[in-house]
Amino acid sequence: MVVPMSTLLEASDIAQRFGALVVLDGVDFQLAPGESVGVVGPNGAGKTTLLSILAGSIRPSSGRVRYEGNDVTGVRADRRCRLGIARTHQIPRPFVGMSVFENVLVGAMLGRRQAGARAYERALDVLQTCGLVDVANRRAADLGLLDRKRLELARALATDPKVLFLDEIGGGLTDAEAIELVGTIKELRRRGIAIIWIEHIVHILVQAIDRLVCLDAGRIIADGLPKDVLANQAVIDAYLGASVT
Amino acid sequence: MSLLEVRAVDAQYGLLKAVRGVSLSVDEGETRALVGANGAGKTTLLRVIAGAHRPSAGTVFFDGVDITRIPAHKRVGLGIALVPEGRRLFPGLTVEENLSIAGGHRRGGAWTVDRVLQIFPMLQARRTQRAATLSGGEQQATAIGRALMCNPRLILLDEVSLGLAPKAVAAVYESLRELIGSGTTVVLVEQDLGRALSVSTNVTCMLHGAVVLEGASSALSREQITAAYFGVRASSGVGADT
Repeated sequence: MVVPMSTLLEASDIAQRFGALVVLDGVDFQLAPGESVGVVGPNGAGKTTLLSILAGSIRPSSGRVRYEGNDVTGVRADRRCRLGIARTHQIPRPFVGMSVFENVLVGAMLGRRQAGARAYERALDVLQTCGLVDVANRRAADLGLLDRKRLELARALATDPKVLFLDEIGGGLTDAEAIELVGTIKELRRRGIAIIWIEHIVHILVQAIDRLVCLDAGRIIADGLPKDVLANQAVIDAYLGASVT
Repeated sequence: MSLLEVRAVDAQYGLLKAVRGVSLSVDEGETRALVGANGAGKTTLLRVIAGAHRPSAGTVFFDGVDITRIPAHKRVGLGIALVPEGRRLFPGLTVEENLSIAGGHRRGGAWTVDRVLQIFPMLQARRTQRAATLSGGEQQATAIGRALMCNPRLILLDEVSLGLAPKAVAAVYESLRELIGSGTTVVLVEQDLGRALSVSTNVTCMLHGAVVLEGASSALSREQITAAYFGVRASSGVGADT
C-alpha cells in the first residue's frame, strides 16, 4: 500500500487483545506532518493503548503502523524515539533521584543521539520552553504535580520529536495552569511538531487541535473538526453525557 | 467539637515546607472543598489527615481524639479513608480483590463490592481483571470504590475526577451526592472550581502552604477564590465583593 506524502504517521486496521479482552478493534488512523489531533473517549475505550502502539511500547495483535512511509510495526519504542516519535505518560515517571536538568539531558542525549555541548544547549532551551528553569536543580522526586507534568513534557521534547504524544498532560491542573500549558503546546505546534493529545478537559483540548477523534470500546466513532465531533450524538451518548456545544 | 480538627499543622519534605500553620475544622456531615494552585499543599494536608505523612508540628483531632501519632492503617479503622493521588492500587490483584481488602476492616456499613460496581458500571466487566491491566480512568474508579468499601465517616478525595471521562465524572458526583446525603463527611480536592463550589458546603483556599480564604461555598464568589489562588488579598467571609 502506498502512503501519500501528506501522511506522517499511519495506523491501519489495528487490533489489540489482552487475553479475551478486545481493547482495539480495527482502528484506522492517519496523522499529517504538523497536524494536531485530540483524542477523547470513555474510560477503557483504548486511547492509551492506541498511543502505546503508535509509540512502539506495545506490539499490536494485528495491523500495521507506518511512519514517514516506512513500516515500523516491529520497531521498538526506543528506536522510534530516535526516529522522532516521543510521548508523555498519564502518571509521570521521571528518574526520581536525578535533578530536573539531568532528566531533560537524558532525553536530549538519547533521543537523537546528540552529545556534549549540543545536548546541554538543547536541554537548556527545553527547560525554558517548559517553564522549568527555576527548578532545574531540584530533585525530580521533590516536584509537585504541575512541575512533574512540565518535566514529563520537557523530557519528551528534549528528544527533538517530529510527533509528540500527550497522555492526559492537563489532568489535575487548575484553569490558569492548564491555560499556561496550552500556551506551551501551541508554541510546539507553531514549530511544526505534530501532536496527538488525549485529554478529558475538552475546553482546554480544543484550543490546541485541528482535528478531534472519539474512541469508544476500541473503535473510532467520530473523526473530524472538533466542533462537529462534539456535536455528534454518538459522542454525546458515549462520552460527554450532555452536549457542550 | 468538630469531627475533624486540624490545629497549626506544619508539614515538610526535607527542607521544603509544604504546609505552614494550617488550622481547619470540619463538622460531621460537612463537605469541604480544598482549592488552590498546584504546590499549594492540598495533597500534603490530606496525607497528614490520613496519617500518610507525619507533620513536623501541630495536632490532628478526629472525633475529639488526638490521632496525630496514630498510623494510617489504624485511622482507617476509625473511619478515615483516603483516595490518594496516583491511585495506588495493588496491581497484581483483581478489581474485586482490591475492593474486598478495603472491606476487611469490618466497620459495618452499606458499602459492598456489588454496590461499588453499581455506581461504577465501567468496572462491572472488569471485576476479575488485574488492576494493572485497567485503563487510567478505571483505576481511578477502583481507587474511589476501595475508599468507599471502608465505610468511612470521613472520606478524603484527592483529585476525584482525574482521568475520568466527563460522563464518568458526572456519575461520580452523582454518587458523591448520595454519599453526602447519607451523612458521610467529605474533604475533597477538585480543580474544577464550578464543581467544587456546587458540591461543597464550605471552601478552603490554600496558597503556598497556608490557608488564605475560607467560607461557605454559597457566600464566596468565583472572583474571590480566583484572587486567592493568585495571591491577591481577599478578605475572608461573606459579601465582601472585590
